Parts: sequence; structure tokens; C-alpha cells
Amino acid sequence: MFSAIAFYVFTAVLVVSALLVITARNPVHSVLFLILAFFNAAGLFVLMGAEFIAMILVIVYVGAVAVLFLFVVMMLDISFADLRKGAMQYVPLGLVSGGILLLELISVFAAWKFSPEVDKNLVSPTPDNITNTEALGRLIYTDYALVFQAAGLVLLVAMIGAIVLTHRYRPDVRRQKVSVQNARRPEDVLEIQKVSPRSGV
Amino acid sequence: MEIGLSHYLSVAAILFTLGVFGIFLNRKNVIVILMSIELMLLAVNINLVSFSTHLNDLAGQVFTMFVLTVAAAEAAIGLAILVIFFRNRGSIAVEDISSLKG
Amino acid sequence: MELLAVFPSLIAFAIAFLFGKQLGDRGCQFITCAAVIIAAFTSCVLFFDVILGQSPRMVPLASWIVSGDFSANWALRIDQLTVVMMCVINIVSACVHVYSVGYMSHDPAKGRFMSYLSLFTFAMLMLVTSDNLLQLFFGWEGVGLASYLLIGFWNHKHSANAAAVKAFIVNRVGDFGLALGTMATFAVFGSITFGDIFEKAPELTELTYNFLGFNVHALTLICLLLFMGAVGKSAQLGLHTWLPDAMEGPTPVSALIHAATMVTAGVFLVARFSPVFEYAPTALMVVTCFGAVTAFVAATIGLTQFDIKRVIAYSTMSQLGYMFFALGVSAYGAAMFHLMTHAFFKALLFLGAGSVIHAMSDEQDMRKMGGIWRLIPTTYGLMWIGSLALAGIPFFAGYYSKDIILESAFADHTWFGTMAFWLGIAAALMTAFYSWRLILMTFHGKPRADEHVMAHVHESPSIMITPLIVLATGALLAGFLFYEPFVGGGKGGGHETEIVKNEVEIEHDVEAPVAEEHGKDHASFGRAEFWGESLKVLPENDTLEAAHHVPQWVKLLPIGIAAFGIFLAYVVYMWKEGVAAKIARIFSPLHTLFYNKWFFDELYDRMFVQRAMRWGRFFWKKGDAALIDGWGPDGMSSLSRRVGIRTSLFQSGYLFHYAFVMMLGLIGLISWLIYRMTIGF
Repeated sequence: MFSAIAFYVFTAVLVVSALLVITARNPVHSVLFLILAFFNAAGLFVLMGAEFIAMILVIVYVGAVAVLFLFVVMMLDISFADLRKGAMQYVPLGLVSGGILLLELISVFAAWKFSPEVDKNLVSPTPDNITNTEALGRLIYTDYALVFQAAGLVLLVAMIGAIVLTHRYRPDVRRQKVSVQNARRPEDVLEIQKVSPRSGV
Repeated sequence: MEIGLSHYLSVAAILFTLGVFGIFLNRKNVIVILMSIELMLLAVNINLVSFSTHLNDLAGQVFTMFVLTVAAAEAAIGLAILVIFFRNRGSIAVEDISSLKG
Repeated sequence: MELLAVFPSLIAFAIAFLFGKQLGDRGCQFITCAAVIIAAFTSCVLFFDVILGQSPRMVPLASWIVSGDFSANWALRIDQLTVVMMCVINIVSACVHVYSVGYMSHDPAKGRFMSYLSLFTFAMLMLVTSDNLLQLFFGWEGVGLASYLLIGFWNHKHSANAAAVKAFIVNRVGDFGLALGTMATFAVFGSITFGDIFEKAPELTELTYNFLGFNVHALTLICLLLFMGAVGKSAQLGLHTWLPDAMEGPTPVSALIHAATMVTAGVFLVARFSPVFEYAPTALMVVTCFGAVTAFVAATIGLTQFDIKRVIAYSTMSQLGYMFFALGVSAYGAAMFHLMTHAFFKALLFLGAGSVIHAMSDEQDMRKMGGIWRLIPTTYGLMWIGSLALAGIPFFAGYYSKDIILESAFADHTWFGTMAFWLGIAAALMTAFYSWRLILMTFHGKPRADEHVMAHVHESPSIMITPLIVLATGALLAGFLFYEPFVGGGKGGGHETEIVKNEVEIEHDVEAPVAEEHGKDHASFGRAEFWGESLKVLPENDTLEAAHHVPQWVKLLPIGIAAFGIFLAYVVYMWKEGVAAKIARIFSPLHTLFYNKWFFDELYDRMFVQRAMRWGRFFWKKGDAALIDGWGPDGMSSLSRRVGIRTSLFQSGYLFHYAFVMMLGLIGLISWLIYRMTIGF
């Protein structure tokens, strides 16, 4: 009972905030609504019993990705008053096609039936008496270790890519060139001058 | 009422549709497109997790994690591209981005 | 050596046409003139060889079509008839080539002109040396093509283009008949080689052929169809409308093609087919009637025309009529004789007229000429020679040939022969009249041209006069030199030969003794030895023979008529001013009829041309342009352009458009999947 109410509340807020993401005028509002959507999705996950995923959603998505969005939105200084005209002409068509898609998806999902042998074909059955976190941990470092490493590589590539893409060469920034520093010899830099007392340099 | 698999799947479907909507209905800026992509990925995640919990199969949740990873990476790169685009063009209005025009 | 008489012109044409720019004008002129002069000399040598040596020959060249029963090969048939034609063609062509060097000296495209003249010469030679109907058709079409190219030579002139097309199209009507005749020949004889045809002709005289549902006499049908071709090519009445308009071409063209050679192709065809025509008396009658009427009508029109070249053109048409009715009364030798002399004096007249036009700064209307005989005496004298030959004054070439034709017609004693005789006499009167009308209007009287033109009147350069002198020599001497060989009576003594009516049974074995008798007879080289087997005349049709025995008044009448015609011309044009105009007024309905060429052009225009133009326009605008082009290339190309424009809208460059399309695809896919899984296929 309680879970049903929780489900409907979470779902309602999720859907509404998703709608507002795409229709908000101010892009900062859009990002904020996205964050709200993520929170509610995390709630749904907890309801389902996948609390690790829910926490990961909050930490990674909200904490990193959405914040990143916010950074970029603020950095780009977008004027939100520019709602271009002519957007309205596509709405009916969009609504219709979206509605069709939705109906179809729901009709597919609603008529879903599992085959009776599905229990025998489970890839990695959920163990009963450990937490979700521990169960997942037991999986990803053993059976899915390679996939895990690949995910790490993806992140590495993404990081390098982001840096390479956005790096700007500033001519007036002083940089450290280690090889130059190491190759410097005292003769190039130092000059020993014999100074007789009381005569100055 | 018993919340079954199909409820969660419907939620995912609605989210997905909204995400798709967001891509071509917006005329304002590109960031909304990126956010719509995130919404779609979220919908996929909900799908994966709901199947995983209802089938008692943890593989779904493992994959959810990886989808998450990839989504984060892709958001990062997408935003980096957006930043550069803005640097070069000065505008991120969707209608101005039409270099692919044939 | 036979090849040397035929092919130099082809080589000259190829070189001058393809390499004209590299050779330059002088080079083209030199090559073409050299080629045709070589050919002329060789033909003269051949003439003596074939005729005096009595050795006709066949020179096979290459095989062409061998398909089942039908075979046609390239071969040169050089018999007496051929070699006479070859001499005429080559000599006249050589004169015209040399003349053109001078006449066309101001024309920028003279290289092209010379190459076309050579092309024409070659085609004509192919025609006369052909051994089968297909090769003859090749030559026939070739001269038609060359005629088109040459008439329309000044292709910036709209009238020239129209005249060239008219010539070609009217010729085409005749060629249709010729083609049908060829096919009929193959159907009846099983072969189109002349040798085979002439051999089998006597055997097939009773054959009938089913043509368009009627059973007609086969040989007559073939002859009439072939004659239809001749009517077109030789501008006989009915298909004659192209000849006067063909005067749009430069004067050398008129001289070569429309006086001496191409128009005589029809005469040659009928003469060549004499072995077949002899067995088709109805066809001969038709030929006679056509020829006689043409001679008369053309002469009437020639009386009234003002363009100097048109008068000579109608005179050509009239003389061709003479040749045809000579053929019709089986006087083939006479027709060929007249062909030869006519070639000389008509070419002389045309080139002389060209000289006059040149002198009068390209003026062709006789009403604007006059009083120039002292200024261009050589041309004047040469025109006199030509006209005297044309009118048939004794000792000039035309007298011999024309008289023998008229005598043969009289001696035929059939209704059509006699009709031909009287029409010929009338035409002779008119011929003399208009020839002197031409001379008097052009050279005598008060000058009607303005001072500017008169100041320019000058004699033509010697490069133009020399060919004229060569032709004048021919016009003077060809008559009495060649009278005996061409048409002379081989039989000595005086017994009359009655011409038996044509319905008598044909006796095959009569020919051999008759020929031998001629051969035995004496030293003079008579007609039979001259022609050999190339012209065949059945003895009961031998009008030429009988012509030598006609009453004396028949022999003298043409001369008297000609003299009277000349006298009449002097009276009308020299005695007082305005006599011609008064006569035209008195006889104005006749004058209108003659002046408007008996309204043939108008008649054809109403009956055929307008209709054809309407059909053509319909098929062009609706059929070709709207239908085929619209649905074909133009339609397809504009369709693909329109589709392309529509399709290119897909490439908008907007990401969200692409995403939208993807989503539509997704929806479609899911819909199809659901449809399959629920309602099923």
C-alpha cells in the first residue's frame, strides 16, 4: 500500500519534471528540473530494491553530470528570452507522433509475458541474504571484470577527449617545461663575477 | 494495487517519449538536446533495473552501472563539444547549427 | 584504267572535304580540277577503246550484299552507253570545275564547293557505270544528295535552303517509284543485275503481276515504276517543280547538274532499260506522252519568265521532254545523241549566263539588263552559239539531234508519236522565240540597269572563258561529227521501212540477222556498231531507221519553224518598244497561266504541301516535343530535378530533424512489429 503511493508520487514528480526539463524557458531551470527527475528516479530504484543503483544515480548523475550541465549553462551565458518563433508549428505533429510511440511502447510492455523457463536462464541470480551493493560487488569484479575495465577506459578516453577538445593555448601563461629545466647548465644561467670589496656590481 | 513490472515499464516508456520529444521540439538551444538524451538514458536504466529486479537477475543492474558510466562520459564530451562550438560560433541556438545542410 | 575514269573524283572529294582547311582554297581547287580532268581524258580513251574496239566490259569491284537469293555487288559495267555518258559527264564536269574556280573566286567557301562538285561527279559516274539496280540507286541518291548540298550551298539564304529541300523531296517521290521498281524487278526477274535482267526480259513478256490487287503486265509495271523515278530526277511534268527553284544555287551548279548531268539520269535510266522497255509498249506510250507534254508546257512557261536562269531552266525541262519522247518512240540513239549535244550547249548557255550575271554584278533579272553586247563581246558570241545550237539551226549540234528526234516521232505513225511530233514542233517554235528573247533582252536595246552596274560590266577572266570555249566547240562540232555513229542509218540503199504497229508478234530470230546485216555493210561506222548491245531496239520499233526515210517536209519543218521563231523574237523585242507588253495584255489569260507555271506549285501546295506541313507540325509539336520529349529526356530530367529538390529538403542540417526522422522510423518499426505479432501477416 505504502509502496504503491510512493510509486505514484515518485512517478508523477518524475514525469512532470521531465516535461518541465524540455519546456522550461530558462535553461538553468531545465537543469534543475533534470536534477529533480534524477532524484525521483533514484527513489523509484530504491522502491524496486536496487539501492546501489539509486545511490550511484544520485552521486554520478546528479553530483557530476547535472552539475556539469549547470556549469556549462552558466558559462555560456545564454539569453533565455530568445524563444524563436515557429516552434509551435511542430508541436501538433510532435504530439501525434510522440503519442503513437507512447501508445505502442505501453501496449508492448503491458502485454509482456515471461516464459515459464525464464527462471532457469538467469545469468546471475540475485543472492538472497546480502545487500544489493555486496551482490553487485561480487559480480563486477569477477564475472564482469573486463567490462568494468572497459568502462574505466571509456572514462579515461572521455576525460582525455574533453581536455583535448577544450584546451586553449594561452600565450601569456607561464608553463613549466621540465626537460628544459633539467637540461639547464650552470654555465648558461650563472655568471660569477669577481667583485672587489666596496665597489658594487 | 499491486505495482507490477508493466507499471515500471510504462514509466520508462513515458520518460523515453518525453526525451525524444525534447530533441525535436525544442528550438532554443542545444543543451536541452543533451538533457533529453540524459532523460532517454534514464528511461533505459529504469527499464533495465525493473527487469533485473523482477527476474531476480543481477546482470541487469550490472549493465545499468555501465550505461551510467557511458552516459556520464558522453555528457562530458558532448558538453566539451558544445563549449567549443560556442567559442567558434558564438551561438548555440538550434536553428543556427545547420552546417550539415545538403 | 576504268577505275581511273570513275574514282579520281571520289578521292578528290574526300581530300577536299576532309582536309579542306589544311589544303586551303587553292589546294582544293587544284585537286578537284586535276582529278576530273584526268577522269575526262581517261573516259575519252575508254570511249575509243570500248566503241571503236567494240569491247564492252564488266569490271567487278567488290561484293556488297549476298543474302539468300538476292545478291548485289559493286561492279562497273562499261558498255557503249556507259562510255558515252562518262565522256559527257567528265568533260562537262571538268569545264564546270575550271569555270567555278573563276566564278566562285569571291566566295569564302569555295573549297567546300569544289568538293561537292567532285562528290556529284563521282555519284553520277557511279550511276552510269552501275551493273545493278542497287548500285544505280546508290548513284541516284548520291546525285540527289549532291544536288541538295549544292543548291543549298549559300545556306544563309532562306530561299536556297527551301529550294534544296524542295528538290530533294520532289526527287524523293520519284525515288519511291524507282525503289518499288527495283523491288518489282527482283520479284519478277529474281535478280537486279542488268545482265540477268536484259537476258531474261524477252522470255517474260507475257507475265502478269499482282500489284495492289490488280493483275498487271509485269514488264509494263516495272518500266512504269522505273519511269516514275526518271520523272522525278529529270523534272518531267508532275515532278518538275523543283527544277526552276533549283536555280537558287550558284550558276556552275545549274550548268553541271541541271543541264548536263543529273537531270539526264532519267533519260539514261530509260535508255539503259531499253531491252525491257521494248517489251512494254504501254510504258513506251506513257513515256512519250509525258515527254511531249513536258516539252510543250515547259516551253510555254519559258516564254514568260524574267529571270535569266529560269528561262534556261525551263528550256532544259523542255529539251528533256524531247529526249523522253524520243525514248518513247524507241529512238534511243536519238535521245542519247540529243542528251550529249544538249549537255554541251546547255552547259554553255548556263555558264554564259553565269558570265553575264558576273558581269552585271549578280543581277539575274533580264528586265534590268540590256545593251551590253559591245561590252562583253566574247560572252555574247558564245551565247549566240549556244542559242543557235538550242534552236536547231543547221550545222550547229542541236540541229542534228533535234531533227532526228522529230523525224523519229513522225515516223512512229502512232497517235502518240504524231502528237509528240506536233507538240515538239510547237515547242521548237517557242524554244527559238524565247532563246532570242533572252539574247535580245539581255544584250540589246537600251541599258535598263543603273550606271553603277553598267560601269562594272566587264568580260569574265579567261579561267571562266576557256571552259566556255571548250563547250562551244562541242556545241559546234558534236552534231555533225557524231551524227552517223549515234543515229545513222546502217542500211544502205533506199527502201522504206514501214514501221509495223507494235501489236505484232515478236520474233526473236529477226534481231540477229538484222544486226549482222548492219555489221556487214561497209566502212561507215553505223549505229549498230556504235551502240552494240547496249541499246536494244526491236526491229518493228526501229523508228530511227524509218526516220531517215521520212518525207522531205518533215525534215525541213523544224528549221523553218526555228527561223520563224527567231524572226518573231526580233519583231517583238527589237522592232518597237512595248510590243511584248501589248501581246501579254491581249493574251492575258494565257499569259497568266504561263507566267504562273501552269499553277503547279499552287496546286501541289494546296493538295500536298499544306497537308504534309500540318501533319509534320502536329507530329513535331505534339508527338515529338510534348509526348516523346516530355515523357522522355526532358520529362525525365525535369522529373529527377524536381524529385531531387524535394529530396534535398531532407538534408536540412538540423539535428533535430534527423532525430525526428529516426523516431518516425522507430515508430514505424514498432508498429509493424506489433501488427505482426497481434494481427499477424
